[in-house]
Amino acid sequence: MSYLYAAYIATWAIHVGYLSTLLRRYVRLRNEIAEFNRREAKQ
Amino acid sequence: MKRVFPILAVLTAALLSYALYEALVVAPTEQTMGDVQRIFYYHVPSAWTAFILFSINFVASVVYLIRRSNKADIVALVTAEVGVVFCTVVLVTGPIWARPVWGIWWTWDLRLTLTLVLWLIYVSYLVLRRFSSSGQTPLLAAVLAIFGALDVPLVYFSIWFFRTQHPQPVIGGGGSIDPRMLHVLLINWLAFSCFAALVCWSRYYLEVLRREVDETLALEALLEPRGSQTRTSQTWRAG
Repeated sequence: MSYLYAAYIATWAIHVGYLSTLLRRYVRLRNEIAEFNRREAKQ
Repeated sequence: MKRVFPILAVLTAALLSYALYEALVVAPTEQTMGDVQRIFYYHVPSAWTAFILFSINFVASVVYLIRRSNKADIVALVTAEVGVVFCTVVLVTGPIWARPVWGIWWTWDLRLTLTLVLWLIYVSYLVLRRFSSSGQTPLLAAVLAIFGALDVPLVYFSIWFFRTQHPQPVIGGGGSIDPRMLHVLLINWLAFSCFAALVCWSRYYLEVLRREVDETLALEALLEPRGSQTRTSQTWRAG
């Protein structure tokens, strides 16, 4: 039974890990856009 | 996208939860392997999903080579990335199943080795796309993807044409499967396919947005007077 749970937990750990990298990239991109808009507003 | 995506995300989460319940509770326990056989309900759908994603990557790469379409290039990138995630699941859950059933974590069996090679090819594809700044990168990546896709049928048919340690295919391969197990397997495949489609969709829009930002910043840098440029090309490529 422990092997079964290990496999299921590993599967979701991989998917959640990938989704968190996507989220991090999205946040970084939003920050870049916000920074760009701030600079545009200043000029 | 903003309206439909949350609804689809909730539906997919519900479907994945139902598929998990079916795999752990409803599916009958296999006579010889016991509960460890239930790994099959995650391992096989993940493999099928990875194969479909790599096949889409192949088609998108061919389209890119013919038409130089930006959309096809993004689809190729996205499907390769999500395909690698699913292929990783296959390579992790397989040995976890093999340890109690075969007594070993890994063997250099034809199917296992070809699956590892497939994973390595697509990881190298992603490394190429991430670290090469040449204008030819999408073209080189498309060619690599076409060679990589040749491994997909080899992986799939390796257990049909060669004697391997890996179990025989459950559908169309001469083996038999309890209809209740097949039902649970197909529900899990549907759930993981919906999940993969959603992830690809969000990754696609993320890539479109990133390219738009890159183009805007590059244009801004061109229009700025010399000496006042503060950004480096490395900063634009972030993400």
